[in-house]
Amino acid sequence: MDATENLIPLDPRYKTMMRVVAALIAVALLIGASIAEIAIPGWTGVIWVPAAFVIAYLVFYLPMRRYATRGYSLVEERLRVVRGVLFHSDTVVPFGRVQHIDVGQGPLERGFGLATLTVHTAGSHNASVSLPGLAHADALAMREEIRAAIRRDTR
Amino acid sequence: MSNHAPDSRRTDPKSFLVRGLAMLAQLLIPLVIAIFTIMEDGDFADRIFYVLPFVVALVIFNLVVSYLQWTKLTYTVGDSDIRVESGILSRAARSVPYERIQDVSLEQKLLPRLFGLVEVKFETGAGGKDDLSLTYLSEAEGERLRALVRTLRDTPVESGSDVAEDVPGEETSEVLFAMDAKRVITFGLFEFSLVVVAVLGSLAQQFDFILPFEIWNVNEWEQRLAGPGQWLAGLGPLAQGVGLLIALVSLGILGVLTGVVRTTLREWDFRLDQTDRGLRRRRGLLTRTDLVMPLHRVQALRLGTGFLRRRFGWHSLKVISLASDSGGANHDAVPFGRMDEIAPVVDVTGFALPPEDAKWERAMRSYRIDKALLSAIVLLPATVVVAVVGSPWFWLAPASGLIFTLAEQYWRWRHDFRALGVKQIYSKHGWFSPSMAIASRVKLQSVEIQQGPLARLRGYASLHLGLAGGKLRIHGMPVAQAHEWRRAICNSISGTDFSELIETAGAPVP
Repeated sequence: MDATENLIPLDPRYKTMMRVVAALIAVALLIGASIAEIAIPGWTGVIWVPAAFVIAYLVFYLPMRRYATRGYSLVEERLRVVRGVLFHSDTVVPFGRVQHIDVGQGPLERGFGLATLTVHTAGSHNASVSLPGLAHADALAMREEIRAAIRRDTR
Repeated sequence: MSNHAPDSRRTDPKSFLVRGLAMLAQLLIPLVIAIFTIMEDGDFADRIFYVLPFVVALVIFNLVVSYLQWTKLTYTVGDSDIRVESGILSRAARSVPYERIQDVSLEQKLLPRLFGLVEVKFETGAGGKDDLSLTYLSEAEGERLRALVRTLRDTPVESGSDVAEDVPGEETSEVLFAMDAKRVITFGLFEFSLVVVAVLGSLAQQFDFILPFEIWNVNEWEQRLAGPGQWLAGLGPLAQGVGLLIALVSLGILGVLTGVVRTTLREWDFRLDQTDRGLRRRRGLLTRTDLVMPLHRVQALRLGTGFLRRRFGWHSLKVISLASDSGGANHDAVPFGRMDEIAPVVDVTGFALPPEDAKWERAMRSYRIDKALLSAIVLLPATVVVAVVGSPWFWLAPASGLIFTLAEQYWRWRHDFRALGVKQIYSKHGWFSPSMAIASRVKLQSVEIQQGPLARLRGYASLHLGLAGGKLRIHGMPVAQAHEWRRAICNSISGTDFSELIETAGAPVP
């Protein structure tokens, strides 16, 4: 079965970026936990210790798992996007069904030199399939490849 | 035709009249409500004196505006496009090239119909709201525009040809399916609906100040019922039971009547024709709609029936298409018919009913068991807790919910099937209103395999197929088979580019 083999992993910088996003949430969580810790009388660490576990999970474990479960491939003129830690999804869009292609960069993505490739189809389900965590140059190259395939097909 | 002075036309003069009347009707309802509110406060005569001039001014202002709008709205049928210019203060001009017009549909609401007018909609596939429409033209002009756009779409633009004069004749058509009065009423009998009860309830709430009693005051009701109610209670459980029965029967009659009336209004004189451009459907008693579903835009078919109507052999056929007219992308092609009436329509769309030897397969047993177990995990403790803590009979609610889901899972295990044909995919599903989807393999857009945590543990997956204008998902497949289906479907898709399917009219299945 071709479940996980032959998949190209995302750019390693994407893992770091997910950690930065998680760290921002962690800071907010830590502030809340500190306030609760001071406000609630009792042993030191009754809030901090569980909060530390949650933060460790969010910042270290989850990005690692998410990075490990994601991947893509472009073989046989089909874009395949695999994602999901708990709920697994594995989508295939043949190039011939791509209506238009977006390459987007958010502020954080720009800082890391990453980009999100989004292909749009005419279907109601999966009207747009997005693939985050690509190096910007890779995303542009993939767009050109898909576009060339579409142009060749329509000729 | 010279570019400088194109023969721009106005809409039919009567459309100003129709719009004025519609506007008055719209004003009338809030006005009546307002008057009732004022009347409640007393001093009616005094106040109406102040209010009336405002109302009259409002009406006149609206009439003047709609007259000006009518004078400023012009449309031009050009060599390569249709242009509409409108606006009193700010002018807007919109041009739609003929190649972009997917179809022209005509709609007649009650009021325009009395005056012989139609609303002409040019569908571009850009999504319902942005489409160009002309309200209102005469019926003949609407038909002329439709025929004109259709011929221009098919022939390459030749500059210099006087298109306005070159009106093509009536296209050839053949009746595929029609419903007479008897059929429509039979259909209505199956369309049981209690919507009118809900409407009456909300109306009573809205206009409760008109009613001579307080409808929501329980004490008053008790007093009112004290006389006859006491008498009723004295008659004992038998008479009360009879009373309940009478109430239920009258509710049933009301529901059936509503169904018949609603269906008659919608489906009266239903006709489905096969024309050069696709399937043409005309229906409606007060609002008559005329719609063409181009055959090459049909993405999938949906055969449906009902719990009761299946026993009598009635089925329906819906067409899932790319066009976005009148809200849904699902069009009733045969709303109520026998299978042998539906089969020829299916043939015309280029699809096929599943062959006799199709390999039907059920969802995996473990998938159904997991679904049933999950609902039991939630509902069983709920039943126990409510039985211990709550009122004596309240536990029946979660318990019946549980029984319902268990029965549904069992039923669907028995009756839900999937099959992969050479060119098509079939999926039967549903409980109370079972339906079967027939999708063409080449017309799918994407294939997704989804697995939740439980699914991965137990080895099943669901297949979500990207379908233009609808959704198609198959649950509880073995993982290996899901991958196999996906490979097969992707191979079918790769053979054909989607734009070819859209642009080339005619045979949809290569």
